[in-house]
Amino acid sequence: MKINIAGIQLNNPVITASGTFGFGREYGEYFDLNRLGGICVKGLTLTPRQGNKPPRIAETPAGILNSVGLQNPGVRYFVEHEVPFLRQFTAKIIANISGNTVEEYCTMAEILSDSDIDLIEMNISCPNVKEGGVAFGTNAGTVNNITQQVKKYCKKPLIVKLSPNVTDIKEIAKAAEDGGADAISLINTLLGMAIDINTRKPILANNVGGLSGPAVKPIAVRMVWQVASVVKVPIIGMGGIMTGEDAVEFMLAGASAVAVGIANFVDPLACIKVLEGLESYLHKNNIYDVKEIIGKVEPN
Amino acid sequence: MFKQNHLCKISNKKEIAPGIIDMRIISQEIAQQAKPGQFLNIKCDNGLNAILRRPISICDVDVEKNEVRFVFQIKGEGTKLLASKTIGDCIDILGPLGTSYTLETKYAKPLLIGGGIGVFPLLMLAKSISAQNITAYLGFRNKDMVVLEEDFNKVCSEMQIATDDGSYGYKGYVTQLMEEKLKQGKTDIVYACGPQPMLKMVNSICKTYAVPCQISLEQRMGCGIGACLVCACKIKSDSAWEYKHVCKDGPVFWGNEVMFDE
Repeated sequence: MKINIAGIQLNNPVITASGTFGFGREYGEYFDLNRLGGICVKGLTLTPRQGNKPPRIAETPAGILNSVGLQNPGVRYFVEHEVPFLRQFTAKIIANISGNTVEEYCTMAEILSDSDIDLIEMNISCPNVKEGGVAFGTNAGTVNNITQQVKKYCKKPLIVKLSPNVTDIKEIAKAAEDGGADAISLINTLLGMAIDINTRKPILANNVGGLSGPAVKPIAVRMVWQVASVVKVPIIGMGGIMTGEDAVEFMLAGASAVAVGIANFVDPLACIKVLEGLESYLHKNNIYDVKEIIGKVEPN
Repeated sequence: MFKQNHLCKISNKKEIAPGIIDMRIISQEIAQQAKPGQFLNIKCDNGLNAILRRPISICDVDVEKNEVRFVFQIKGEGTKLLASKTIGDCIDILGPLGTSYTLETKYAKPLLIGGGIGVFPLLMLAKSISAQNITAYLGFRNKDMVVLEEDFNKVCSEMQIATDDGSYGYKGYVTQLMEEKLKQGKTDIVYACGPQPMLKMVNSICKTYAVPCQISLEQRMGCGIGACLVCACKIKSDSAWEYKHVCKDGPVFWGNEVMFDE
């Protein structure tokens, strides 16, 4: 089940999606974190952030909207207090970063490059923050530029996490690859809104938020497939993965690894069940190496 | 030893007021571990109609029978699905979760104050308190919505029901009853659970009369265990305030920690 992402070997292709798994401590009470391929931690910013006002979540058909707004203790706190905990496990540590400016991304990349993490995931696609966030991720030129700039400070492989809120995902993905991205992850959440018809007010205090969950899965699979046709770097696919079969779908579309998000909220053992489901699919189909299914969709 | 979710059989179910369901399940682990104020995170559907679990407070436990009782109001899709389960069905539960009310023997004259669905977790609390003189003031919208009256009567030395429209008991808010009681100086701690405006009022009255209070907060949740950070609540800290989380840092907080300004 081993998978190589930009020179880093993961024990298996199952990773936790940023923002759904904290820093691993909570779910570590429910299962052995050594069973994960990687742990992508809660999105980090250069300085601590309180995040947005509550309510920060709304349930929608087959999905959820969130507007947490990157509440986190800051990258330095993470390095000092959370990395030593995560390092106890064999799961690779993926630090997810968000910045208000290109300089902030660079500074964070520099700090993390000197820390004991394995990969950096650059989030240029968060829809829940006013500055930076999705603004960096929706224009090919900007994506190329920020990737190039941050790469200069990165001594660890750089994953660029893309926003689905774009017209042509292929163009954006290519821009990231050309800018030096070592891997691409997609998709981040889709911008959405839910309204309480009785109060006539949006449910989220922030009015709008990021949609994730099974509702977005077909969009995510499509984008992974499209991106796989234009880039050579590995893709980490995510968006509504609830089962092993979902993971297989993403891998057939072209993902080398998959990230599990809100399924964790529904079942603390979701990642393990996705992994077991993936193993079971391989077993049933007499496939000995998980790499054999990557990109093996046969388009009509 | 890892924590786990529990598949629990429903042992009893009854509609005790319009849209209010009294449900009991069997779980040795939950019954033996539960403390007053804690909650269960319940999976209401196996499909995608109600994808998130629903946090529901524990109303009571029977440690002899390993029975856990929770009462909930049908509010949306999830609670509607949960209410449609029948005796003998099994439901997937995470818990007990969250903080509990702090029971200290130095408090001999506790006052319990609940509003609407906030009344439910106070029953287990009333049963857990060792004090002899427990007062409970319970507020409901109207007579039809009054529940658990007998249960509270059995364990409280003073119990009053208030209804918004005066159709049963005292006409008005429980906070008015509470203020009268606090004026008499016969209360040394207040335990509260209910809608936010009520809790805000409880907090303010307790401050006026210098009586400590513990309040149980409510907020929309994602994971229920502290990982997703959606159920934020404003709590005082060294740097003025910070967002803590109802599922893990709460739901029970000391009233003087909570900031209600939003």
